[in-house]
Amino acid sequence: MTGPRAFVEEPLGSPPPKERGSKLLGNRAFLVSTGSTIAFFAALTLAVVLAPGFKAVRGSFFSFRAMKESFFGVQEAGLPPIWRAFLLNVKVFMIAEILILILGLTIAVVRQIPGAVFFPFRLVAVLYTDLFRGTPLLLVIFMFGFGIPSLGIQGLPNSIVVWGAAALVLSYSAYVSEVFRAGIESVHPSQMMAARSLGLTRWQSLRYVVLPQAVRRVIPPLLNDFVSLQKDTALLAPLGAIEAVRAAQIYTSIRYNYSPFVITAFMFILLTIPLARFTDHLIERDRSRRAGGGAR
Amino acid sequence: MNGNGEALRLEKVHKSFDDTYVLRGIDLSVAEHEVVCLIGASGSGKSTLLRCVNLLEDIDAGRILVQGEEISAEGVDVDRIRRHIGIVFQSFNLFPHMTVMRNITLGPIKALKMATASAEAEAAELLERFGLADKRDEFPDRLSGGQQQRLAIVRALAMKPDIMLFDEVTSALDPELVAEVLNVIRELAAGGMTMVIATHEMGFAKDIANRVCFLDEGVILEQGPPEEIFTSPREARTQRFLQSIIEAGRM
Repeated sequence: MTGPRAFVEEPLGSPPPKERGSKLLGNRAFLVSTGSTIAFFAALTLAVVLAPGFKAVRGSFFSFRAMKESFFGVQEAGLPPIWRAFLLNVKVFMIAEILILILGLTIAVVRQIPGAVFFPFRLVAVLYTDLFRGTPLLLVIFMFGFGIPSLGIQGLPNSIVVWGAAALVLSYSAYVSEVFRAGIESVHPSQMMAARSLGLTRWQSLRYVVLPQAVRRVIPPLLNDFVSLQKDTALLAPLGAIEAVRAAQIYTSIRYNYSPFVITAFMFILLTIPLARFTDHLIERDRSRRAGGGAR
Repeated sequence: MNGNGEALRLEKVHKSFDDTYVLRGIDLSVAEHEVVCLIGASGSGKSTLLRCVNLLEDIDAGRILVQGEEISAEGVDVDRIRRHIGIVFQSFNLFPHMTVMRNITLGPIKALKMATASAEAEAAELLERFGLADKRDEFPDRLSGGQQQRLAIVRALAMKPDIMLFDEVTSALDPELVAEVLNVIRELAAGGMTMVIATHEMGFAKDIANRVCFLDEGVILEQGPPEEIFTSPREARTQRFLQSIIEAGRM
């Protein structure tokens, strides 16, 4: 017998009886969930496969030959290998991420500096955030990528990739600074007070007490922004930089096959997963160190 | 040190927040090695007074002198002053992302520029003395409330302050944990530490204080040795306050 009545009959203070029924129920729940999952995906697959245009889609989106050809490139046909183009995406986001962390944190900290003397700094930080968060990223990339090299200023790099990446950095730093700012504000003022009461300067208190706690708290939203950044490196394509999406586009425009898009999408997905797992690992490590598990 | 044996002096200190007038002219002198307890209802200004002494709040008028130096003057280096004045808060305010050891050594290493090794050696000594030696690598969240507050006291002591301020340090503790914290303060008093203690623990105040000050509406209404304040208070307000404490069974 199951249900609450079984517990009432037990003498007070003894643990609730182990229910044989719950194990059975667990097995049944497992079977039901497995069954419904299989049924759902079978239906979905059927809907795609039985669609009137499936044959054509399979040929133009899932052609293994086209994927392979585009991935490795065909030099004599002028088809750039997607894998090599993808390295540009990786390079851009790796450098950009570091610069964004630095710039974003700096802006967030500048916005926190108290005192009338620093008003112009705070003002610039606010204006910066408003400007770059408010402008569509693609427009910023166009203006930087086409505009700045056209100025022809001596000593400035005139690479489209450099200025496109600069646009990414400036735009994302505006978002990331807001993430950091939210983190800083989430640390209770009593922490700052305790640090100052020990004779630490405002900067030391920020550096050793407030920021470490703030950064830990914003790791998940930061990751979110970085996953987004990894994908937005594709926005360098309209500038003409041969990154992965652009390389795939070149193939599709010559061979009239869209399979390179699928393989490119797959590569971006593969790229984001390690970052997500790494962040989970960081959060878990921090959690287990501070609570439950061994502190040794 | 100017040799007159006065550790702390407040002259006509006023402080208000927006439209609440918290301190309305506090005059107080604390001798070296003296233990002064501040009693009074919540909102009477005890905490604000302590925070003003540690320069965590600016005062509106008056002067605060520590060993003869006016610390409330314009242009004093607040960080230097704070290194000589330890404060322990009601809510511990430990640094949750640092181990017990790091909590203690942060001030000595960063503010006093001590070498890590010697700061850690001194911290280990303090942990030993206050029964926390086995906790040095733990994080504060894993300690009991009483241990956390003892740690907060140790953290303040690691700066080797001349004066210690205690802001209702047992108010956030479960009753069975109060004694261990009060015993630490007793030990400090026995060692001759100059202390200003805001407290609701009347029995403790009676026991430890050289002098008790009753704060009421932002002024020190009455002060004197504990025997006098607790047995024959002169002011009607003091009498009423103590009566209410007795009725609440807290004395």
